[in-house]
Amino acid sequence: MSNGTKRIITATINGNETTMAIDNRMSLLQALRDVAGMTGTKEGCLTGDCGACSVILNGRVVDSCLVMAAEADGAQLETVEGMARGQELHPLQTQFLEHAALQCGICTPGFLVAAKALLDRNPNPTEEEIRYWLAGNLCRCTGYRTIIEAVQDAAAELKTSAR
Amino acid sequence: MKPLEFHAPTTLDEAIGLLAAGGQDVGILGGGTDLIIQYRAGRRAFGHMLDVKKIPELNVLSYDDATGLRLGAAVCCDAFTEYAPALKHYPGLVEGAELIGSTQIQSRATVGGNVCNGSPAADTICSLIVLGATCVVAGPGGTREVAAKDFMTGPGQTVLQPGELLVELRVPPRPARSADAYLRFIPRNEMDIAVAGAATTLTLAEDGTTVQDARVAIGAVGPTPILVEAAGAALVGRKLDAAALDAAAKASEAAANPISDVRGTAEFRRHLAGVLTRRTIEIAAHRIQQG
Amino acid sequence: MEPFTHPRHGKYDVIGTRPIRHDGEDKVTGRAQYGADIHFPDQLHGYVLRSPHAHARILSIDTRKAEAMPGVKAIVTSKDLPRLPDKIIESGEGVENQKYMSDRILASDKALFKGHPIAAVAATDPWTAEEAANAIEVQYEVLEAVTDPVEALREGAPLLFDRITTTTLGQKEVKATNVCLHTRHQRGDLAAGFAEADEVFEREFKTATVHQGYIEPQNATALARSDGHITVWTSTQGAFPARDQIATVLKKDLSKIRVIPMEIGGGFGGKIPIYLEPVAVLLSEKTGHPVKLVMSRADVFQTTGPASATAAKIKLGFKKDGTLVAADVWMAYEAGAFPGNWGATGAMCVLAPYRLPNLQIDVLDVLTNTPKVAAYRAPSSPQALWGVESVMDEAALKLGMDPIDLRLKNAAVEGDQRPDGYTWPRIGLVETLQAAKASEHYRSPPPNKPNQARGVAVGYWHNAGLQSSATVAINMDGTASVVTGSVDIGGSRASMAIMAAETLGLKAEEVRPLVADTDSIGHTDVTGGSRTTFATGYAVYLAAQDAVEQMKHRVAKLWDCKPDDIAFEGGAFRSKQNGHEPMTVRKLAPQLPRTGGPVQGQASILPKGVGAGFGCHIADIEVDSETGKVTILRYTAVQDVGTAIHPAYVEGQISGGATQGIGWALNEEYVHSDKGEMLNAGFLDYRMPTALDVPNIDTILVEVPNPGHPYGVRGVGETPIVPPMGAMHNAIARAIGVRVRELPMSPPRVQAALAHQPAKPIPA
Repeated sequence: MSNGTKRIITATINGNETTMAIDNRMSLLQALRDVAGMTGTKEGCLTGDCGACSVILNGRVVDSCLVMAAEADGAQLETVEGMARGQELHPLQTQFLEHAALQCGICTPGFLVAAKALLDRNPNPTEEEIRYWLAGNLCRCTGYRTIIEAVQDAAAELKTSAR
Repeated sequence: MKPLEFHAPTTLDEAIGLLAAGGQDVGILGGGTDLIIQYRAGRRAFGHMLDVKKIPELNVLSYDDATGLRLGAAVCCDAFTEYAPALKHYPGLVEGAELIGSTQIQSRATVGGNVCNGSPAADTICSLIVLGATCVVAGPGGTREVAAKDFMTGPGQTVLQPGELLVELRVPPRPARSADAYLRFIPRNEMDIAVAGAATTLTLAEDGTTVQDARVAIGAVGPTPILVEAAGAALVGRKLDAAALDAAAKASEAAANPISDVRGTAEFRRHLAGVLTRRTIEIAAHRIQQG
Repeated sequence: MEPFTHPRHGKYDVIGTRPIRHDGEDKVTGRAQYGADIHFPDQLHGYVLRSPHAHARILSIDTRKAEAMPGVKAIVTSKDLPRLPDKIIESGEGVENQKYMSDRILASDKALFKGHPIAAVAATDPWTAEEAANAIEVQYEVLEAVTDPVEALREGAPLLFDRITTTTLGQKEVKATNVCLHTRHQRGDLAAGFAEADEVFEREFKTATVHQGYIEPQNATALARSDGHITVWTSTQGAFPARDQIATVLKKDLSKIRVIPMEIGGGFGGKIPIYLEPVAVLLSEKTGHPVKLVMSRADVFQTTGPASATAAKIKLGFKKDGTLVAADVWMAYEAGAFPGNWGATGAMCVLAPYRLPNLQIDVLDVLTNTPKVAAYRAPSSPQALWGVESVMDEAALKLGMDPIDLRLKNAAVEGDQRPDGYTWPRIGLVETLQAAKASEHYRSPPPNKPNQARGVAVGYWHNAGLQSSATVAINMDGTASVVTGSVDIGGSRASMAIMAAETLGLKAEEVRPLVADTDSIGHTDVTGGSRTTFATGYAVYLAAQDAVEQMKHRVAKLWDCKPDDIAFEGGAFRSKQNGHEPMTVRKLAPQLPRTGGPVQGQASILPKGVGAGFGCHIADIEVDSETGKVTILRYTAVQDVGTAIHPAYVEGQISGGATQGIGWALNEEYVHSDKGEMLNAGFLDYRMPTALDVPNIDTILVEVPNPGHPYGVRGVGETPIVPPMGAMHNAIARAIGVRVRELPMSPPRVQAALAHQPAKPIPA
C-alpha cells in the first residue's frame, strides 16, 4: 500500500508547466506559496471561510487551502499572477485600481481570481449575482461597494474588448 | 500531523482494497471541504488519504423518469446544481446543495460528502430523507443500500463501517403533482452552517388542492436529522389552510430536540423548526401550482 | 501656533483628485510583499505552544523530549527573556507595564488566557515544529477563569493578579481586585441637574467582545546576526513603535534593531501591539537562522487583543425642549489579562458630542482571563456611544422631536467643553447633522411596511497627533520623492504624494512615495488613530516647504536677488519685483547642482491642532419578525472629513468602518465556554459581513477644514465605526417596538425580544 509521503507533481500554472516537489501533507496553497514561490495567493484562515486563497482549478474557483497539493498533479491552475498578459493588466485589475476597490489589498488577489471565474462563466452578471458569487470572499476594509462596481465595469469592458 | 500517503485510485475495487488494508488510518477525500478542515485541526488523524474523485462509479450523474436520479458521491455541488433534470424534478435538493458554503466550496463539496460527514445540519440530508433517497454503499462484502433516513446515526456519525465507502445516492422519480423545497436559517446571508433547516415534499391529489402525500424533515435541531412523521400526517388528506400549516409547524417544534451552541439557542432553533416547516410547505405548494 | 486658514479649500490642484495609488499595480498583480510572503532559503519555521487553560499556574516546563527531536533547532520560554521592571512605557497607542509586556509575550508564572504563549520551537519544517511544541511537557495548576467584566467585578471572582489594587480617584485601595483603573469625570451638580429635568431615562447596556477581523494573520520573521544586529520583517501598523516594544522586551538598544514594515493586510489597531516578534528574535539568536512565524486564524482570535466587552448604566435627563441637562454614566470595560486603559478612553468619548452642564462619568477597566484588549478603530468609543444614542432616540420619541433635531439642540460647538475638560476647537458636528438632515435619504419617507423603520445615530472619535517624520527630495529633473515612516494600510502613501505634489506644484504621478524602515527615516508613530494623513501629511507638507525654502535660495542665486524677494505661488517661483519669468520646480531642478547641490527637505513633528471627527449615520431596515433577522434596506454615512485629500480613499474608510460597525451591531461576538475558551475562533462562526450582508453604503463627505492642519485634514478612518450600532439599534427599536440593549442584536436576541413583548411599531 505504501507509496511514499512526498511526491513530485506537475501542474500547468497560468499556462506554464510547473513541477514541484511536495510533502503530501501540504495544501495546494502551501505548494504555490512555499514551493513554487508564488506568493500572490494569500492565506487568511485555512478553513475555506475567507477566499483569500482562491485559485481556479480545472476551470472552477476553489479555496486552495482546502485542496491537497497532491490533487494538483496534472491539473490546470490559474492564479492572480496569470491574470495580466505581459504588461497589459486584466480589465478586472485596472477597474479595481480605478474604483479604489482595495485598501489593504490582502483580499484583492482572491477577489480578482473569483471575479474572473465569474466573468468567464457569466459575462453579464447582475449585481445580485456578483454579490452571491463573491460572498465567499471576505473584505474587512472596503464594505464591498467599490469591489462590486469594479466587477460591473470590468464586465462591461470585457464585452466590448476582444479579450 | 504525521507523514501522509496519498492515493487516487481509478477503480472502485482498488479503493475498497486500500480501505481494507488501511482500516481506521484512512481519510476519504471527496471535495475535502470537511475532511481537510478536520485534518488540519487535528480532529481527524490518519496516515493515508484516499482521493475517490477518479473512480467512475462515484461520478455518475443521470436521470430517467422510470428510475429517478443517480448522483455519484464524488460529483461536486457545482456540477449537480447545474444538472437540468435535478433542477426540474428535485428543486429542494438542489437548493440544499447550492447552499453548502461559498462559490469556492461549491466547486469542491459533494452531496455525498455532505451526507458522509454526518452533521445533522447538513443542507442536503433533509431533502434526501423526504424524497425517500437511498445511499448505495460499497465495501469488502459487496454493495448494500441504506435509506437516507437511516444513514446518519449521531453527530458526525453514519452507518458506514470501516472499509466502506458511499458510492452514490439514488432518488426515486417523483409522482405527478409533486414538488419539494428546502430552507435553512442562518444569521448572515451566506457562508454559515444552518442554525435550523427544513425540507418538505408534497404531492397533491387530482383535485389540485388536497394533500395526497407529505413528508417533512428538520435538520440542525437534534443529534440526527429528524423525519417528522406527525407533520406529514397533519397535512395528508387536508387542504393547505392556515390551520394545517400551523399543525405541521407545531409538530416540527414538538419533534425538534435541539441544543444550545454558538450557532443558536435551543429555544430559537425549536421556534425556527416550526417557521421553516411552514415556509417550505408554502414553497412546495407554490411550485406544484406553477407546474 | 496660528491656526491655518484655507483660502484654497475646494480649489486645490491635486488635493481632492483621485489618482491611481502608486502601490496599486503591485497589489493587483500579487507582487506586493506582505509579511508572510517573505522567504529565506535557510529559514526555520517557528511554532508557538500555547496554554490550553484560560487561567492556570505554570508549575513546570520540560522541553527535553522536544529538543531531542530531529529537525528541532531551538526552543525558548520566558526564561530566555530578560527580567523587566514593573514600569509603564508608551507603546504605540496605549501604555503598557514592561513586566506585563514581557509576560504577555511568553508567560512566566501564570497562564492568564487561553492561548497565552508558553514556549516556542524553531524547526526545519512546520510539521516538526508543531510536533515538537506538542511534545513539550507543561505542568499546570488549573484555576477558575472569568471572561466577563461584570463577573470579574463580583466579590469572590477569580483574581488575575495578587497585587493589583485599584487606584480609585487618587486613593489606592488595599484589597486586591480585578479593577486596574477607575476613571472619573465630573462637572456641575448632578442632583440639581436631574432635578430640573422633565424626562429622565435610566438604561443598561451590554456589548460582547469583538475582533478587528483583519484578513491577514499576524506574522514575524527575524534574523539575529552574530554581531548583535537584528532585522525583523513584520506586518505592523508602525515599524518604530514595534521596534520600541521589541527593544523593551529584549532589553536592547534601538540601534541594534531594524524593523522593516512589510505590506500589511489590515490592522484596525490590532497590529499595534507586538506578539510574535520577540519570539522570532529569540529563536533566531539561538539558531543563527532567519525564523518565520505566522499565526493561525484561531490563534489570531484567541490570543491577539480584541475590543472590550462592556456593561453600561446610562442615565440622561432632558428638559421638555430637548436640552440635555444631566448625565450619569457608569461603565465597565474588559481589559483582558493585563492592565490597560481603554476604558479611560471610553470615558473621554461617551458624552463628547453633546454640550451639557452636569455630568458624572465613572469607568472601570477590569481584568479578565482573555487576551489584553487592543485598539479597534475608535477604540472604546462605539461601546460608549451606542447606549447614549439609544437613550437620545428614546428621548426624541418621548419628547416628540425629530431625532436629528434633538442632536442639533445639544451638539457641541467650538468653545464648549468635552466631559473631560478639553475645550473644542473648530469642529463639524453641527454641519454633519445638518447635512444628514438635508440628505436625500433622510428627506425621503422612512420605510413603512410592517417591521420596517429608520434609525439615526451620531459617532465621534478624537483622532490623534503623535510623532511623524518625512523627507522630500527633489530629483534632478524636478520630480520628487517623499519618504515617510508611515505604514500604508489603506492608501495613505498616495495621499502623501498628493500633499507633497500640491505643495510643490507637481502632479501626483510626479511624486514617488516610499514607506521606509526604521533605519531610513526619523521616528514615526503608528498608522492608526486616524493620524497618518493628518500628522504625517503635516510632516510631508513641512518637508516640502523646507525644500521650497531651500529652492528659493537657489532661485535667488540665479536671479541675483534676495530670497525674500521671491514667492512660491501657483506652482512656480515668482519675483516679487519683476523681470523674471516664473520658474517651476521642474525648470529649476537641473540647475540645482550648480547652485549648491541636492535639495532635500525634511521635517519631524509632534503636531497639536488635531481635528476631531463626527459622523451621523442613517439606516433603513426591515426585521423578519419570525426569525429576528435584520436586513438593511438603505444606509447613508455622513461625516465631517476636514479636507478629503483623496476622496476615493476617504469614502472607502467610511464605507469600511460602517461595515465593521454593522457586523458589530448584528452578528459579531466572542462566545466563551464556562472554562474561558473561545468557542467560535474562526471566520465560520465569528460572523463578519459578506458581500451579501451589506448594501451599497452611500457616503456624504462634509468638509469643515481643521484649522490645525495646513490642508485642513481631520482624521477620517475611525469615526465611521461608531454610529452603526446606535443607528441599527434605533432602527430596530422603531421597527418592532422593542429596544434590544445587548450587542450583537443577532437574530436569536431580536426574536426573543419580540417573543416576550408583542410588537407595536413606534410611530415614525
